[in-house]
Formats: sequence, structure tokens, C-alpha cells
Amino acid sequence: MTVASDLKRDAAKRGLITAPGFIDLHAHLREPGFEESETIATGARAALAGGFTTICAMPNTEPAIDSPGLVAELIARGESAQAARVLPIATITRGRKGTELADLVELAAAGAVAFSDDGSPVADAQLFRNALEYARAAGRPILEHSQDLTLSAAGVMHEGVVSARLGLPGMPAAAEESAIARDLALAKLTGGRLHLSHVSTAGGVELVRRAKGDGLAVTAEVTPHHLALTDEWVAGSRAFAWEDDAPRAVPYDTATKVNPPLRTAADVRACWAGLMDGTIDAIATDHAPHASTRKDVEYQEAAFGISAFETAVPVLLMGVSAGWGTWERVVAALTTGPARVLGIDMPEGDVVVIDPRAAWTATAASLRSLGKNTPLLGRPLVGRVIAAYVDGRLRHELSVALAP
Amino acid sequence: MTWHRRHVLSTDDWSRAEIDLVLDTTSAMVEVLGRPIRRTPVLRGRTVILFFAEASTRTRVSFELAAKALSADVTNITASGSSVEKGETLLDTVRTLTALGGDVIVMRHPASGAPYFVADRTDAAVINAGDGWHAHPTQGLLDAYTLRAALGDLSGRRIVIVGDITHSRVARSDIDALVPLGATVTLSGPPTLVPSAWRCGMTPRGTTYEPDLDRALDGADAVIALRLQTERQHAGLLPSIREYAHTWGLTEERVARMRPDAPVLHPGPMNEGVEIAASVAHGARSLIERQVTNGVAVRMALLYLLAGTPEQRE
Repeated sequence: MTVASDLKRDAAKRGLITAPGFIDLHAHLREPGFEESETIATGARAALAGGFTTICAMPNTEPAIDSPGLVAELIARGESAQAARVLPIATITRGRKGTELADLVELAAAGAVAFSDDGSPVADAQLFRNALEYARAAGRPILEHSQDLTLSAAGVMHEGVVSARLGLPGMPAAAEESAIARDLALAKLTGGRLHLSHVSTAGGVELVRRAKGDGLAVTAEVTPHHLALTDEWVAGSRAFAWEDDAPRAVPYDTATKVNPPLRTAADVRACWAGLMDGTIDAIATDHAPHASTRKDVEYQEAAFGISAFETAVPVLLMGVSAGWGTWERVVAALTTGPARVLGIDMPEGDVVVIDPRAAWTATAASLRSLGKNTPLLGRPLVGRVIAAYVDGRLRHELSVALAP
Repeated sequence: MTWHRRHVLSTDDWSRAEIDLVLDTTSAMVEVLGRPIRRTPVLRGRTVILFFAEASTRTRVSFELAAKALSADVTNITASGSSVEKGETLLDTVRTLTALGGDVIVMRHPASGAPYFVADRTDAAVINAGDGWHAHPTQGLLDAYTLRAALGDLSGRRIVIVGDITHSRVARSDIDALVPLGATVTLSGPPTLVPSAWRCGMTPRGTTYEPDLDRALDGADAVIALRLQTERQHAGLLPSIREYAHTWGLTEERVARMRPDAPVLHPGPMNEGVEIAASVAHGARSLIERQVTNGVAVRMALLYLLAGTPEQRE
């Protein structure tokens, strides 16, 4: 008798739902180098509180994870945290500088599950071609942050009506679309395993759909915030894309500053459509915690990123309740989808228990992550992870004091 | 109409009644400024802090004269724009400003939205004296006042705003002040300097975009020329300043396309010979000096509405 089946029976009696432990392809744990924003231990615990029992750590730390020794160190620190399973992603290029390839084969041998220079697209097309070719030898996917920096570098939010009104420099959707088009062409040329990180535009989703239709072995992810929040949030709206009205907040809240930026309601709808028809394979949080010193500043100077582990499940459940997607498909994109991207088996003893009706409000104090940078603080939410098991052991349980 | 705002950060959500109240109060202040002794005691004992994190002479002096004409105490704080380079964060500055205990903080800042950051963290009333590309509400209100004084009721009037719209807080605040008063606004300028959304049919309510300045000016009731920052050329947004002057500069021939006597405004400081010919800037249609005078009166009106006691406002 497995933990999963026992739990499932008990949970159903109490109106709870269970699911296999979630796998997050995209998280920033900040250690080493930025421990005031998050550590591997705090991040791995916050992940469990959000239902993620396996998380892939992005390598944009200081130092960047570009050598086998660093990969091994990250694995050791992840194990000692005794929380979510931490899988290291290594850089594509040495030091994330975008000039020469890191030792991809040795990094894979040391345990790197994928390669990414996340935050810094590989601008040099020849170098990116070489990365895709070489990653075949390593047997691992390249996770690319597809963005043309010559179009987006000055921007701090989505370019559109809202940025025009707020007087903030924008990042056009074309910055993502043109980069995805290039990356798809290079994947086709090389046969390398390309996974597109945080696709956020309707045009980007459509490019992936067509590439898959043509038989290209590409995969793609979307974040919970790109499935719910819009650029109107920068102007103070707190209405999810499927809502007409909601309380407002002060405009220029730096918690809404994220890259790729929050897009329009039409883009959100396209991301759900891509998720539902299989164009999008995975939901990944892009959990990007920041210390308050990086966020409690002018909008243009604030760091990009949303602390996202602990609010992912309610946001997705609320989207499902609004009829924009199905829970079955959401769960697949949180479990089997990302497992396929990584080429790993689903860990059998990983289970999460969710109360789909729990109404709660995220506060800075209630978040386990050191990063309190989410525009969802104070926003009424429905649905909450109440327990998480890793390898059959209970590793997270919502304390009675916090339970509804 | 009673005044209920704590801050003046932008006029993008103001009603016509609110704008009318400010403009009517401005008329009273113009009268004060016409007296032999240009001073009234309504803000005696109040402190106005001028926090300018971006170079400005005109606007700062205008606010200073306005506060002094109302008998307020005025103090100046200047800071370099970027919190990164000055080593003091905006949050530090807000804490200092709050501890100093001013009644009104007048602030200019290079970052769009910075006044919201300050207003959210202080008890003082905040007046935005210009934030990045976003808003310059006192300029919008003084332009509306100047145009109303020249043209009468602005209902059905068509005002042209020409130049670098994208980077212009003046353009945004002019739109926000003029459209509620019933005017329509025609935006004109190079496509690289007008927000893409506004060129693709999603222009703000009450506005249209017409790249051809001659067509925009045909039959217009007034024109507001914006300052062209020469660094836009270095950013690749303009082929040359010379071409800009030929294509979007206000010349005698161009302004003659408007209705007879239709006025010309400019927020200053001007690049004469670039966005406006010297003969237009100093010609019969120009209200540019009037704008400067009215600016003091509008700022007096707002300081009074924000910091005057309710009894004084009766």
C-alpha cells in the first residue's frame, strides 16, 4: 500500500484533493551569493509549502553554476535542507557571459539536469547553435530565456497601452517572438533539445504550436503569473485576467516588475489555450525572490522577479474555476509535463494534498520564502496546499494555526 | 464641488468639476498676483518642502514663488537623480522628509511613479512636479488655464500637441487636463516618438494621432509644442535634428494653418529653431510668457487647496 493511495482515500473524505508532487523546472534559490534574498533551505521549504516536491535551481548565482564542483556542492546543500528535492541547472556559457560554452558534458555527468543562462538570453546565434549541438552529447535540454535584448533591454514592463499611460519604457511582445523564432530555427537546424522558458506572448505560443505541428521536438513552459496577471497590475489593478473588477492597489508597485513582463489579457488567454492544447508542456514558477532593498525603490530601478512558489496553486485553481482551463491539464503540466522535459521518472512517494476551497490571504509573514515580492500580498485567494510528502515522508504540513 | 484630494500625483482620474475648481481658484490667485503686494497669509505657519531630484529651475522657482506668495515657509532639498549613484535611496529620502515634518512635499524625480512611492509612505501632501515620462499635472493645469483664458470654454476645441510624445510628461498631463474640459487633442510627431499603442488605434480617449503636422494644424484652435531632447537623435530615434525641425518644427507658415489668432504654447525651455521658430516663439500668437505667469497662480491654487485650512477655503 503506497502513501499516495492511502492519502487519496482519506483526503477525498475530507473534500481535499491529492496530486503527485509538483516538479518546478524554473526556480531561483539565490544561494550562493544572494542569501539575503533566499537560501537553498528557505527556498526548498517555500517550494514544499507551494506543493513543489522537486525544484530545478537556476544557475544565475554568484558564482554562477558553471563547474562540476559547484553542481556537486549545490546537490549536497539541497539534500541537507531536507525539504523539496533540489535539482541543479548549470549554465550554458562560462560565467553566464554568453561568450564561450561551459563544459556541458562534464556538468551533466556531475548531475546538472539542464542548461540555462536564464535572465541572459544567448545573443550570439552561432554560440547558441553550438550549445544546442553540444547539449545533444550531454543528453540534456537547453532551457532558453528567449528575448531579443536589443528590443527589450531598456524596458521595465510590457509595451502597450498601459506602459504608454504610465510613462514607463516597454518591452514589446516582438522581443520574445523574434527570439523564439530564431531559437526554433536553430533547434530545427541542430536537432538539439530546446525548451523555451516562460513563454508569455500570444505570438510566442503560436510559434511553438506551429513548430510542434511541424514535428520539432521542442517544449515550452508558462508561469502561473503569466496565466493570471496582466500589465494593468502595474497600474494598480488587482483583477485576474478573467475578472472584471477587483480592489485596486497603488500604481507602480515593484512587486509587479518581472521579466518577461506581465502581458495583456489576450496573451493570458493564449497561454491558457496553449496549455490546454498541449503546446505548453509545463507550468514553472520562475520563483524569483528578492530582498526588500532590491524592490523598495523606484520602479525603473527595481529588480525583476516575483516570489511565486507559495501562490501558484491558488492562482491556477482560480483560473480553472473561472473556466479558463482544466485541473487535469494543470496537474499534468506540474508533474508529467516537466518530468518529460527533464527525461526523469516521476518520484513515486511524492504527494501533495490541497484544500481547493480554502480561502486565505497571503501576507509577508505567512510566506516561508525570504522573498516577499509578490503583488498577490493582500489579494484574497482560494485554494491552498496543506501537506506535501517527499519519498513517502511528510515534509510539509500547514500548521493548525494557519489552517482554515 | 468640494476639494477632497490628499495629493496631486496625476490628473488622469480627475473629473471636469475638479479641474474647474482648480482653474477657478487659479483665477483668484491671478488676482492676488496682480495686487501691489503679491502676498496673502493663507498658508502662514505651513511648511512646503521642494524636493527636486532632477535639474529644474523654472518649475522649482515657480513653486517657490507660489508658496511664498501664500506666506508658507519654503525649504529646498536637491538630490542627484539615481539612488544608485548617490548612495541614498528614495526610501531614505522619504524617511528624512517625513521626519522634517513638512506639510506639503513638492517633488520632481526622473523615475516615473516616484511620487506614488513617496505619497504612500508619508503623511504630508505630495504634489508631483514632474516624474519621468509620466506626469506633470501642474503644467497640464496651467496649460488648460492659459488656453481657457485665451479661447473661453474649451468644449469642441481642437488642440494640437506636437513633438516627442513618448518621453513627455507634459503631453500626458495636457491630455489629462484638456480632454475632461471638452477639448479634443491631435497628437503629432515622428512615429518613433509616439507610443506604439497610441499609433495603432488605441489612443487615449479624446485624442487622435496625425503624423503630418500640416494636416494636424489645419483649422486647429491652438498648438502646444514640446521640447525636443537632442539625445533622442543619439538613441537612433531621429535621423537628424535638422530633418525634425523641417518636418515637425513650428514655423510662421505652419501656424497660419490654424484658425486666425489660434495661440501657440510651449512648456519651456525652448530649442528655438528646432521645435519652434524664434519668430513664432516671440510672435503675436505666443502665450509662452503667459504660461510662466499662470504657472505660479496654478501652483498657488493647488498649495492652497491641499494645505489651507477648511475655514480658509470657505
